Amino acid sequence: MTFLGMPGAPRGVGQLRQREPFPQAAASALGDRQLRRNLGHATSTIRVKRAAAVAEVADWEQLRVAGAAIKDEVLAHLDRYLVQLEAQVVARGGTVHWADDANQANQIVTDLVRATGQAEVVKVKSMATQEIGLNEALAAAGITATETDLAELIVQLGHDTPSHILVPAIHRNRSQIRDIFLKEMPDAPPGLTDEPAELTAAARAHLRRKFLAAQVAISGANFAIAETGTLAVVESEGNGRMCLTLPRTLITVMGIEKIIPAWRDLEVFLQLLPRSSTAERMNPYTSMWSGAAEGQDFHLVLLDNGRTATLADPAGRAALRCIRCSACLNVCPVYERSGGHAYGSVYPGPIGAVLSPQLTGVADNPDLPFASTLCGACYDVCPVAIDIPAMLVHLRSRVVDDKRARHHGPIPDTPEAAAMRALAWAMSDQSRWAWALRASRAGRLLGRRRGRIRHLPGPLAAWTVSRDLPRPPAQTFRDWWLTQPRASQRAAASPGLCLSPRTHPRGDEGETREGGASKAARRRAREEN
Amino acid sequence: MRAALFVTCLVDAVVPQIAKATVRVLERVGVTVEVPWAQTCCGQMHVNTGYPREAVPLVRNHVAAFEGYEAVVVPSGSCAAAIRHQHADVARLAGDPALAETAAAVARKTWELSEFLVDVLGVTDVGAYFPHRVTWHPTCHSLRLLRVGQRPLQLLRAVEGIDLVELPDAGQCCGFGGTFALKNPAVSSAMLADKIASVRRTGASYAAAGDASCLLHIGGGLSRLDTGIGTRHLAEILAVTRSGV
Repeated sequence: MTFLGMPGAPRGVGQLRQREPFPQAAASALGDRQLRRNLGHATSTIRVKRAAAVAEVADWEQLRVAGAAIKDEVLAHLDRYLVQLEAQVVARGGTVHWADDANQANQIVTDLVRATGQAEVVKVKSMATQEIGLNEALAAAGITATETDLAELIVQLGHDTPSHILVPAIHRNRSQIRDIFLKEMPDAPPGLTDEPAELTAAARAHLRRKFLAAQVAISGANFAIAETGTLAVVESEGNGRMCLTLPRTLITVMGIEKIIPAWRDLEVFLQLLPRSSTAERMNPYTSMWSGAAEGQDFHLVLLDNGRTATLADPAGRAALRCIRCSACLNVCPVYERSGGHAYGSVYPGPIGAVLSPQLTGVADNPDLPFASTLCGACYDVCPVAIDIPAMLVHLRSRVVDDKRARHHGPIPDTPEAAAMRALAWAMSDQSRWAWALRASRAGRLLGRRRGRIRHLPGPLAAWTVSRDLPRPPAQTFRDWWLTQPRASQRAAASPGLCLSPRTHPRGDEGETREGGASKAARRRAREEN
Repeated sequence: MRAALFVTCLVDAVVPQIAKATVRVLERVGVTVEVPWAQTCCGQMHVNTGYPREAVPLVRNHVAAFEGYEAVVVPSGSCAAAIRHQHADVARLAGDPALAETAAAVARKTWELSEFLVDVLGVTDVGAYFPHRVTWHPTCHSLRLLRVGQRPLQLLRAVEGIDLVELPDAGQCCGFGGTFALKNPAVSSAMLADKIASVRRTGASYAAAGDASCLLHIGGGLSRLDTGIGTRHLAEILAVTRSGV
């Protein structure tokens, strides 16, 4: 199966691609002790809190099923829902723009801001605008965008990138934040300490001036209700509400998968999202608006950027159910150790490992589907029941197929594929497998002194970086089964031990334990001759 | 009752004592064990590494080897999960609905060891004796794909003399993850380090689990650090009695 027909997110803009191979990026991150302490502490705390918040809801599993079903309904009829949403927004005085990709969306927003004559905008935390690199595009046009979510502000002032969907500055501690504020925030009080209350107060004073001066705001959206054209932003700090209500012009950039059909569906998601995300029963601020409220100039930019391509893959499209809660990041053992930056995309962790390669095409994020042990913790916590492990396995085969299709070299297949084929050949027939087992006995040359192998050659050396391997056994199970002394007695006593002949069409080996033992005896006799 | 043993490729080649122990436990509780000779490997590694087409002949071979038996027992949660959750899909991918149907039928009568003992045979006390401190790592696929839950612990609690201590953060993955251990050795090793730290905190003499693969990874780390802590598969603990193995 190929997915060439649909354009993905374009290269050279936005932040969806790994910049270095994941294994290397993760290995460097593992060396960052501050990062590991922050992540270990933050993720283990939120894990416990989320579990408690979810356990309070008796019908959580039914809510998950409902959440998945509502999203699947939207994805199956996205064409209809998008047009309905557009009609409703327009009917309520808003303007709707359609953006195929990051470049178009950035151009639309830049033109809209330019038309207002403003050179400064305030922003509500938004994954979609991070995905398309909107701040960079605006900066190139001479427009300054100020992030007003505290963590996003820290990331922006630190000339940094987010490393978590919900807590983008999770990799920073409070003394680092103080240093960033003192260096990059002109109105920071000179004697600022690293007390959280002081840091928050400094950011609050800084942002308050921005809110009151802002003429243009840019937001994302958590949900868009097709029925009424209502957009919803769910947040904790109130900065979102400031941005959404004060400025004359509001521009919302939203992925096309954010739609839900009707108001009543919001009931499901407003339970699923806060408990999964911040472990809160209810988030502090939920802002909703329908079209141009109270004379505001409202623009909605509907962003594709690889989503239609994702929708085209039946085994991958459920990734578009994602409501960006980040529960999967918090339970992921790989994310906890490698941090968000190692993924290279604004969508890190398990959901990023399935979403980013789908939005860009697997050729541009080939390591991400492999950045998982398939432990399944992500699927268990996902509020919209995305089977991330199954999807990772599916995407791995797409990566492999892509690499094989592009392979040119002295042998007709990639080395890994050749090895996998050879192994499959040896393992698809018991006589070849038995031969391979005997050949593997050569491994007994290793580890003779202490019964364990400390260094393996070639690609297997990656195993022995931290793990010994036991010396291969003198006797495989098969050989034991054939030769063990009680076999003949038991076989004689119990005819049930005879194997059904059709399970071993190749004849004499293993008819019964007795037969097997006789065969071994014959072999020994042959060897003696 | 008769049951076919799926040895699994890893156990056959590297840790045969696990399959031997499985045979002993099953025979002790009255099961007639058969070893279908055509068996090789479930193909999970191929599927999970991105080679589902290469796994087709393995699935075909496995299904042919086991379809004639009334019950199949596997001393591995991961392989049982692959049979239950992947085989029919692999067959469908290969455009072979008949194979998919037979694979699903084989999957329905395939049991991980603790499931077979507790659910099929209704046994929790297999008459074992293991006078050591043991901590149990539940392994991800047993925990989250098979949902074996308390079954292995029910079996272990019935073992005479055992001092079973809870493993902190037991549900955290050990970092093995099949080819993940080779493709992402740094993260895999970091996860292993945390698992080993948890094991050491228990003061256990043995870290036990129901999967040879995770045990090779954890045991390999315990050995590399010369911790003196051993690993035991569930079957190996259940196989020991007062009169020896």
